[in-house]
Amino acid sequence: MGRAWLFGSNVNTDVITPGRYNLTTDPAEMARFCFCEVRPEFPKQVKPGDFIVAGEHFGSGSSRESAPLAIQACGICAVIAPSFARIFYRNAINVGLALCLTPTQGIQDGDELEWNKERGLIVNLTQGIEFPIEKLPDFVLAIRRAGGIIAYLNQHGSRLPEIK
Amino acid sequence: MRAQTLSEKIFSRKLGQQVRAGQTVLAEVDWILSHDTTTPLAIQSYEKLKQADFHAEKVILVFDHIVPAPHPQGAALHRRIFKFAQEQGISHLHYGEGICHQLLAELGYVTPGALIIGADSHTCTAGAFGAFATGMGSTDIAVAWATGQSWFRVPETIRVEVRGALPAYLGPKDLILQIVKQVGTTGAAYRALEFGGPTIDAFDMPQRMTLCNLAIEMGGKAGLIAADRATLDYLRPRVSAGMYGQTPLQSLYPDPGAHYEQVLGVDATALVPQVALPHGLEETVDVDQVAGLKLDQVFIGTCTNGRFEDFQMAAQILASHTVAPNLRLICTPASREVYLQMIKSGVAETLLRAGALLTNPGCGPCLGRHQGVLAEGERCLSTMNRNFRGRMGSPQAEIYLAGPAVAAASAIKGVISDPREV
Repeated sequence: MGRAWLFGSNVNTDVITPGRYNLTTDPAEMARFCFCEVRPEFPKQVKPGDFIVAGEHFGSGSSRESAPLAIQACGICAVIAPSFARIFYRNAINVGLALCLTPTQGIQDGDELEWNKERGLIVNLTQGIEFPIEKLPDFVLAIRRAGGIIAYLNQHGSRLPEIK
Repeated sequence: MRAQTLSEKIFSRKLGQQVRAGQTVLAEVDWILSHDTTTPLAIQSYEKLKQADFHAEKVILVFDHIVPAPHPQGAALHRRIFKFAQEQGISHLHYGEGICHQLLAELGYVTPGALIIGADSHTCTAGAFGAFATGMGSTDIAVAWATGQSWFRVPETIRVEVRGALPAYLGPKDLILQIVKQVGTTGAAYRALEFGGPTIDAFDMPQRMTLCNLAIEMGGKAGLIAADRATLDYLRPRVSAGMYGQTPLQSLYPDPGAHYEQVLGVDATALVPQVALPHGLEETVDVDQVAGLKLDQVFIGTCTNGRFEDFQMAAQILASHTVAPNLRLICTPASREVYLQMIKSGVAETLLRAGALLTNPGCGPCLGRHQGVLAEGERCLSTMNRNFRGRMGSPQAEIYLAGPAVAAASAIKGVISDPREV
């Protein structure tokens, strides 16, 4: 359970981790400037278990992996959006940041949310509404279960997951 | 045989079986590109692998984003990459020679039909050569270093058919800004864009590269143009015999009757100079709508518009003029080859005499890290591909995007100007 941090549509990775701060390979350091320009309070007030809720095409623009790494290091439980920009989508899967594909209309900033993994739902506890999550492809889920692509390769003899 | 798009054709050849849009496949890649700001995280991911091969022959490392290093942190990242490159025996290493996307073309790495991944979103530029080239993140690059492979969803394709000749002082940047306006900044998400038609057939390779460069600004996975005679003529002297990964140079066209999700027609003759307004590419207007806006800086360069032809256009306009007082004109060649061409042709001298600041080849201030970052309240007109908030420095600065002709005319006047009126 955690609060919703609401962002708009087509949020680009320059907004998530601004380029001029991108000089580190330490995720904890990246977390300090996550969304620092559009929501300066975000990196200070975000708590483990919180959710990022956004509109279409979240994570557009640059390929920088600092974007999902910073979000993950902030303790975000999952990013919830109706669609993701493809490079961000891959990067998030690869580093083990959970993404939930679902419509997000109606969710307000600060709403308390819960991810019911068994039933595949996002539950808006504040408003008493449930959103079904679109199922990701099996090989993507296999990577997520492993905790990211590097962990997957380490657990599976350096072989990439089979794609059916 | 089912008629295929360029993307379907390239993946089918790679896999040795016919695949179609929508299928997800695991494929051997030809080149694995990364640069000085994405490589350190790739090294970090690679070093977490318990056991891994290293496909050094496929790896291309380019130092272009912050060269030479502007601060100790940048220098430390560079050192880390050099050390890794030495340990792994990476021979395709380029420091300060130019922007990675430009070098892929100039040094003959890209060939028609090649499958290229790069830890940079503008890797799509190489699609101008009939290759499938797409951006990924650092960990995908690390995985490809180790396995030689990556997974792909073969994308659906949006075909853009362009007819008519571009009017004087207009270039491919005006055309692609217009196309972005029509498709939308998310309109090509997860899709490939295929550019074709008589206008594109008549374009040279630098012009084609500018078009494909902005595929990602529509959310596109790749931007492709058929490999024709112009492609092969450009590449032939650049491809060294026996170089790893070189498939024989052959033309590559989509099949007639291939399935396109959407076909968009554009008439180039009707175009006027385009300017994208801050802070995204959502809003692009004809230049007259923003003409007269005062500028603090004009930047000509990047993987979008940092080629010789772009500076030649700028020099043509700037000849016998000077840069407006209190305005900085920064010119950053996309590569050493471009720089040398500028010197030999006199373009460099024209620009310098006009008052331009000519930097070493690389990404320049596009990343907001050096060589011309913006202060709060400043306004810049740039030939780059992104005008996101904070991209060139302060989030309180404004970035307008246009082609080199608008940039040069604006540098003379000190305000956004129509090159046809200077």
